[in-house]
Amino acid sequence: MKLELQGITKSFDGFVANDSVDLVVEPGQVHCLLGENGAGKSTLMNVLFGLYEPTAGRILVDGKPVVFRGPGDAMAAGIGMVHQHFMLIPVFTVAENVALGNESTGVGGILNLEETRRSIKEISDRYGFDVDPDALVEDLPVGVQQRVEIIKALVRKANLLILDEPTAVLTPRETDELISIIGQLTDSGTSIIFISHKLREVKAVSDKITVIRRGKVVGTANPDAPATELASLMVGRAVDLSLGRTPAIPGDAILQVRGLNVLSETGIPAVDQVSFDVHAGEILAVAGVQGNGQTELVEAIMGLQDKATGSILLGGAELLGRNVKDIINSGVGYVPEDRSTDGLISSFTIAENLILNRYDHAPMAQGVALKLPAIAANAKEKVAEYDIRAGSSQALASTLSGGNQQKIVLAREFSRPLKLFIAAQPTRGVDVGSIEFLHRRILAERDAGTPVIIVSTELDEVMELGDRIAVLFHGQLMGIVPGNTSRDILGLMMAGANAEEALAEVAAQQVPTTIKDEPTLPGGIA
Amino acid sequence: MTSTIKKHNTTLGTRLRGSFFLVSLLAIVLSLIVGGLLIAVTDEETAKAAKYLFAAPGDTLSAAWKAAAGAYAAMFRGAIFNYQAESFTGMIKPITETLTMATPLITAALGVALAFRAGLFNIGAQGQLIIGAVLAGYIGFTLNLPWPLHILLVVLAAALGGALWGGIVGLLKARTGAHEVIVTIMLNYVAVYLLAFLLSTPMMQRPGSNDPVSQIIHDSAKYPLIFGPDFRVHFGLILGLLATWGVWWLLERSTLGFELKAVGANPSASRTAGINTTRVTILAMVLAGALAGMAGASQVSGTEHFVVGGVAASIGFDAITVALLGRSRPLGVLVAALLFGAFRAGGVAMQTQTGTPIDIVLVVQSLIVLFIAAPPLVRSIFGMNARKARAAAADDSKNTTPTPPSGTVTSGSTL
Amino acid sequence: MKTTESTHAAPGHRASGKNTGTVVPVLVRDRKPVIGYGIGALIALLFFAIGAPSALATFRLSSAGDAVELPPLAIPSAAAGWVLAALLVAATVYAWLNLRAGRKNPGWLALTYGLAFLMAFLIWVVGSANNPNISLITLLGGSIALALPMVFGSLSGVLSERSGVVNIAIEGQLLLGAFAAAVGGSITQNVYVALICAAVGGVVVSALLALFAIKYLVNQIIVGVVLNVLVSGLTAFLFGTLLAPNADALNSPPRLRSFSIPGLADIPILGPLLFRQTLLGYLMFVAVAIVWFALYKTRWGLRVRAVGEHPKAADTVGINVNRTRVINVLIGGAVAGLGGSYYTLVSVSQFSRDMTAGAGFIALAALIFGRWNPLGAFFAALLFGFATNLQYVLAQAGTAVPSQFMAMLPYVVTIFAVAGLVGKSRGPAAAGEPYVKG
Repeated sequence: MKLELQGITKSFDGFVANDSVDLVVEPGQVHCLLGENGAGKSTLMNVLFGLYEPTAGRILVDGKPVVFRGPGDAMAAGIGMVHQHFMLIPVFTVAENVALGNESTGVGGILNLEETRRSIKEISDRYGFDVDPDALVEDLPVGVQQRVEIIKALVRKANLLILDEPTAVLTPRETDELISIIGQLTDSGTSIIFISHKLREVKAVSDKITVIRRGKVVGTANPDAPATELASLMVGRAVDLSLGRTPAIPGDAILQVRGLNVLSETGIPAVDQVSFDVHAGEILAVAGVQGNGQTELVEAIMGLQDKATGSILLGGAELLGRNVKDIINSGVGYVPEDRSTDGLISSFTIAENLILNRYDHAPMAQGVALKLPAIAANAKEKVAEYDIRAGSSQALASTLSGGNQQKIVLAREFSRPLKLFIAAQPTRGVDVGSIEFLHRRILAERDAGTPVIIVSTELDEVMELGDRIAVLFHGQLMGIVPGNTSRDILGLMMAGANAEEALAEVAAQQVPTTIKDEPTLPGGIA
Repeated sequence: MTSTIKKHNTTLGTRLRGSFFLVSLLAIVLSLIVGGLLIAVTDEETAKAAKYLFAAPGDTLSAAWKAAAGAYAAMFRGAIFNYQAESFTGMIKPITETLTMATPLITAALGVALAFRAGLFNIGAQGQLIIGAVLAGYIGFTLNLPWPLHILLVVLAAALGGALWGGIVGLLKARTGAHEVIVTIMLNYVAVYLLAFLLSTPMMQRPGSNDPVSQIIHDSAKYPLIFGPDFRVHFGLILGLLATWGVWWLLERSTLGFELKAVGANPSASRTAGINTTRVTILAMVLAGALAGMAGASQVSGTEHFVVGGVAASIGFDAITVALLGRSRPLGVLVAALLFGAFRAGGVAMQTQTGTPIDIVLVVQSLIVLFIAAPPLVRSIFGMNARKARAAAADDSKNTTPTPPSGTVTSGSTL
Repeated sequence: MKTTESTHAAPGHRASGKNTGTVVPVLVRDRKPVIGYGIGALIALLFFAIGAPSALATFRLSSAGDAVELPPLAIPSAAAGWVLAALLVAATVYAWLNLRAGRKNPGWLALTYGLAFLMAFLIWVVGSANNPNISLITLLGGSIALALPMVFGSLSGVLSERSGVVNIAIEGQLLLGAFAAAVGGSITQNVYVALICAAVGGVVVSALLALFAIKYLVNQIIVGVVLNVLVSGLTAFLFGTLLAPNADALNSPPRLRSFSIPGLADIPILGPLLFRQTLLGYLMFVAVAIVWFALYKTRWGLRVRAVGEHPKAADTVGINVNRTRVINVLIGGAVAGLGGSYYTLVSVSQFSRDMTAGAGFIALAALIFGRWNPLGAFFAALLFGFATNLQYVLAQAGTAVPSQFMAMLPYVVTIFAVAGLVGKSRGPAAAGEPYVKG
């Protein structure tokens, strides 16, 4: 299918999310949309998929203009979409999910899933998917769920497949598998729109790259364009590729984790016999694909996990079994991975969010009464210090950009003397300018002698910040390796090889994996 | 880019908050119009005139106008100022009746509002009020104490009773995740039957009576009348005003209030910030119950002086609408309670003078709440800028209805 | 190299959980149901076994003149109490062992436990009555009759909540249905017109619910609560102004007569219970079956459930979320309205103020207790009807248990249910959340 977008504009309430975007996708081509978080890629795709109505512009399929009033129209025209957050119903089976909206029925609308099962098996066999049509979706690993989404599109005879940040939840190995599936699909004539903010995989997979910034197409490129060029196109200015960091000067082991086990809500071990140390003045980066126990690990340290056993010593004192408030007050700073649900209260003001975990003692309170002047003064100071861009400190947190929200969290956590600092996904959903700022603040905290744990699923961020890198897989520690360990080795460890196995395998292969190393950029953009 | 979107929304939101009073006013007017129409079309004289509608349409219209205007005039005379009364006392009696009617509503609605702010949908003010009334009555007629002490004890007992009934909800919510909407609805009924049972036992039943009526409380347990024996306004009103200030202070100036609002807005972030959400949830329901329980004391010690099956009237349910109308802000709740008190007092006068059933008050009250919760509807009815209204729909629904954020009634694993 | 095993803490669990709010139901060690079992077994042991009366509890199984007359069933209270209490204790121990071993409790366990507890309670309460002799047919038949409006009400709840709209307004739907049936029936003197009016009455309430909750995004609980007040006030007002003064013209609807199904009605026990109903009674059984079948076996049902679980996913496959919700809420209103007609066409033949008396809230409880499943809700409503009727039957038999406690039972049981003491009850994931595109 040949797809053309001409002058697509989408505005919300006066704000322009897409500004006359032109895009041409040739049949059998992998066309990448590259842009920062919030650049307008997803909005554009939602317009294309009929979820949003464009304010202006038109869509042409094989040269003919089309109007999509809903996803049904888009699918009928042969467009399929795999959303970043999967559009699957967890309590339904694979077959039910695939059939939904496209059901075969008998008399009186009675469901007949046989045909759907057959199609699933057929597609599954053709692409080597190994998907059981009768499995409940909520029981499937995320990689398989993604395949269910692809099957959903293929069953509907999609000629053009939109993949929205498809690699965000995959291991490097699964990413390679996805890329080979994409190859098979394009060979059979399917066009792909691949949305990503990661330069490396964009360069690996695409035939053509369109870069979007602030809702506008700012350039097109071929995959062999240099990464730095793409990066500056995407960000809108020359990007400083290095943080200019100095080597760590580690001191004593301040945090000692021994034999830590955490049971998840479902009774499965989420963290399995994990032991490690973090020294003063160093950053331990914890790598791993989303959902391999990183969240539970840091939550256990913070006292947020009830079912944790083992030992967590901070400066010799046991943290396990103490409540969250106690742990915070004993000098642990924490940036939770999901800012909007755990880090901030969006309906609270900036000033209130800045005291979220120190509202109940001096100087913010006296007895049971809040001290409003102190709270206001604190807000004024932090807003200036951290360059939090908002109308006033009385603005609601929900009105800020992701970067500014994250600055509030960081400002709050750094506003008391720390013995340990933990940040999970510190730059997720944050613009490049803020990423640099946040990274520098974290490094400054390290250089002040605080032990730091950074959890990130972005390999680039891990390699950028980590003095040492710990890799978790299925809740188990695959090993702790130096900060300059190669991407290949880390990739293998994230897929379940321990450090020695990974070293051996890489040495034996001596062949780079599909995705080549490129100079890393700050945070998750590379 | 997100910041641009959001900023835009804020300014819009601020504008809307400014227009909230206008929308509220229009909602009240609209509801009164609907109520008036109902009164008019069901009026006998109107029906008679309507039989010759085509011969003299003016007769029907004037009869309809007379019916509605007459009912509302009677309501005004019953609620605010009786210009037809002979004496000064008679003239200002209505406004004091409004205050009396509003008194239990104030504390009960504060209870609902407080729970709202903590993210809890407290439909249970009725049950909490009943248990409060039971304990107030029991202390009132069993103990013999000097009056200030006795009254103090009555208030404490009522608050304790309500707190207990609310506390069960908080405890179940915090410990098992049981949804408070369901638990409070069920506990309302349990309270009704518990009261019915107690009124049939010697513990409470009036000696020598076969009716489910309790003994009369001692004089020392009765709230003093503020404006003398001619008016029913009692000490409960002062307690209500104090409670309004107290809840305001709690919510806006205290660390507990900070915790309460934090848990209400985002329990997950509160937990991460070290707030003990279990404790806050239980405490919020205990306080909410205590406030509703105080309304029970107001009924027993202030106006009724004994306990019957209908001691709570529909105060606990009216309290929900009052809290919604007052947007869960203490001062707003106070104003809304006074308005509903006026409807009540006026409704009684209307029923006796014009024969219009007082139930019309329920219709008007519920319409007010519905309209206020849907500003775009009010705007479009009054022909205000429709496009802007549509754009603001989502924003409005967030601003006007204090919703428990985690509160999807049926989601969650254990409802 | 290790491969990803789906039995492990695979990446998918956490990620999908974050996105869709699901909990993986494997290996859940929920202690609460066992605690619930334990409490029940303890009560049974203390009251039904140790505190058993010495009398025989007699249950009459047929009434004079039945085609087949069965002899009454006389059960020694003490012996039965001990046997059933032992059974309950055994079930508790079994559930506890399962918990220890991480096994799921089989479905029949809860059912057996519930039935045994119910029997033990019934034998105990009848045995300790002044006249320990009741008619089982009257007891059960009355239960079905009393459950009727609640069954219709809870079906309304199933229909709207499965599509993602919380329906607290069942009470209002029943009440306006009752009112409309009375007025429509009185004017036309035709029961069928009265039934249609009842359905329309329920739909009117639903339409308001849909308007405010779906179009104007007002919190669904608020709308429901307020609509109940509105309907209560409106019907009472109209009753006062129109119905009471003109009772002959506006408040004397025709009765809906019951009729027997020849042959089937003569089956002992079941015949009088199931096959001597009014049209509304037969409709109830049919409605439960249809809603169940439609929800789980048809395309329509798959889509409705999808909309209630994950509306955005439904939208992305071309299902119109809000239209589905509006339609379901309206159908639910019609069903509940029909149920409301029970009050004015079957139970008594005139309307009075607030005559539904909280049945809508018991219907809501039945919906939750029945886990949002039409069959579950049906049996839960029957159970609540049973509890209500038992207090009437026992009042005649002269019992020591105060009737108020019997009346409390459905509400207390529901509190236990939502607290998880009778197993997990998981509603549609998206119920209560308005769907806004984008």
